[in-house]
Amino acid sequence: MAITTARISSAQLKSAFVARVQKNADQKLLACYQCGKCSAGCPMAPHMDILPNQIIRLAQLGMHERLLASSAIWTCVSCMTCNVRCPKNVHIAEVIESVRDLAMRSGRRHEHLDIAEVPAETRAALPPIAMISAMRKLTS
Amino acid sequence: MKLIYYPGCTLKNHARNFDVSTVSSMAKLDVEVEELDRWNCCGTVHALGATNVMNRIAPVTNLVRVKEKQASEVMTTCAMCYNTLKRANLDVQKRAAALDSINKFMYLDDVDYHGDVAVHHLLEYLRDRIGFDKLAAKVKKPLAGLKVACYYGCLLVRPKEVAFDDVENPTVMEDLVKALGGTPVPFAQKTECCGAYHTVNNAEIVADRTNKIMSGAAEQQADLAMVSCPLCAFNLDFKQPDARRLNPELQPMPVLYFTQLMALAFGCDEESLRFDLHHVDPKPALAARGLI
Repeated sequence: MAITTARISSAQLKSAFVARVQKNADQKLLACYQCGKCSAGCPMAPHMDILPNQIIRLAQLGMHERLLASSAIWTCVSCMTCNVRCPKNVHIAEVIESVRDLAMRSGRRHEHLDIAEVPAETRAALPPIAMISAMRKLTS
Repeated sequence: MKLIYYPGCTLKNHARNFDVSTVSSMAKLDVEVEELDRWNCCGTVHALGATNVMNRIAPVTNLVRVKEKQASEVMTTCAMCYNTLKRANLDVQKRAAALDSINKFMYLDDVDYHGDVAVHHLLEYLRDRIGFDKLAAKVKKPLAGLKVACYYGCLLVRPKEVAFDDVENPTVMEDLVKALGGTPVPFAQKTECCGAYHTVNNAEIVADRTNKIMSGAAEQQADLAMVSCPLCAFNLDFKQPDARRLNPELQPMPVLYFTQLMALAFGCDEESLRFDLHHVDPKPALAARGLI
C-alpha cells in the first residue's frame, strides 16, 4: 500500500483559495488540531459525505477541488454546535459558509437551491421562515 | 413605556398562534406591547461572512425603526428573529466601517444607527424583567400534571455571544413551565438542531431530526413539546408523518409555543390559543390533564 505524506505549512495557507476562506471566515485554519469534537456533536454528520473536521483538514491542505465538490458544505445548517464546543475556538460553521460563498461565486454551482424545482404543493405548505432562510443560505 | 415588539414574518401567517398568544399573555402580565411600525424581514439567518455588509441591512433597518419610536430596546419571541437581530447588532457594534456603510446606504432615514438598541428575547424578558415569581402569581389555571419537553433548538443558546442561558443545559424554559404549574421533563435533545431550512428540499434530513427529537420527548412521557421558533414548530409538528415513516412507533405529540402555554395558564380566551393552526391537535393532550 502506498503511503502518502501530506505536510501542512503556511505555504498552503497562502494559496488564493485558502486565503479567501480565512479572510471571509475571519479564522486561522492552523489553530485546528483535529480533535474531532466538531464532528462528534454535529447533528448533520450522519447526512454528510465528509465530516466537519475533515472539511477543516481539506482547507488546511488547500485541497479546494475536493472541498468544493463535497455535499457536506451544503448540509451544514449553521446550528453552531461545533463552534461552541471547539476547544481551540475555531468557528467551523464560518469556515464552511466561507467555502459555500466561494462555491456560489465560482460559477460552478451558482445556485445550490432552485426554488422552481421544489414541488408546488411543498412550496405552498412552507412557512416564509423556511423559504427565506433556505434561499439566504443556498443561493447567491 | 410600551415594550416595542418585533413579531417577524411567520408570526403573521403560519404562526399566528405565536403572535396572538404573545400579545394576550403579555396583557395579563400588565405589559403593554406595541408592534414595531414598518418592520421588515429580519433576514431569518445571520450571514457568517466576516466581510458581509449587505445581509446586515435588513436587521439593522428594524433597529433603526425602534430608534424612530424613541425606544432603546426591542422584544421578539421568534428564536430566529432574536438570533439574527442580536447578531447583526453585535456585528455592527464591532465593525464601525460596516455600520458607516449601512448608515450611508440608508440616507433616506432620519435616524442613524449606532448599535444602541438592546435586543431581548421574551423568555429573557420574563425571567429578568418580570420575574418568574411575579409571573406565577398571575396563573389562574395551573398546568398541573402537564409534562412538558422544553425544546430550545439552536438559536436561543448559540453562538455564546447571544445565549441568555447555559449553552449546553439551559433551564429558562423549564423554569417558566414550573412557574405555570407544569412539570418539565428531562430532555436530552433540547438543544439539538431540527434540520431548519432543509425542510425546503431535504425532507429526509428533517424526518431524521424530528424522529430523534420527538422520540426523545416521548421516552420521557412528555404530553407535548414546547418551542420558541416557528421553523422548529413546523418541522417538529408538521413533519411528524415523515418521521413516522422512519419510525412507525412514533406517536403523534403536539408542539406548542411557550406563549400558548402562558396564555392557557393565564386564562386567556380560545382566540388567543389558535389550536386550529397545529398539525397535531393539542386539545386531546390538554383535555387529558383537565386543562381545557
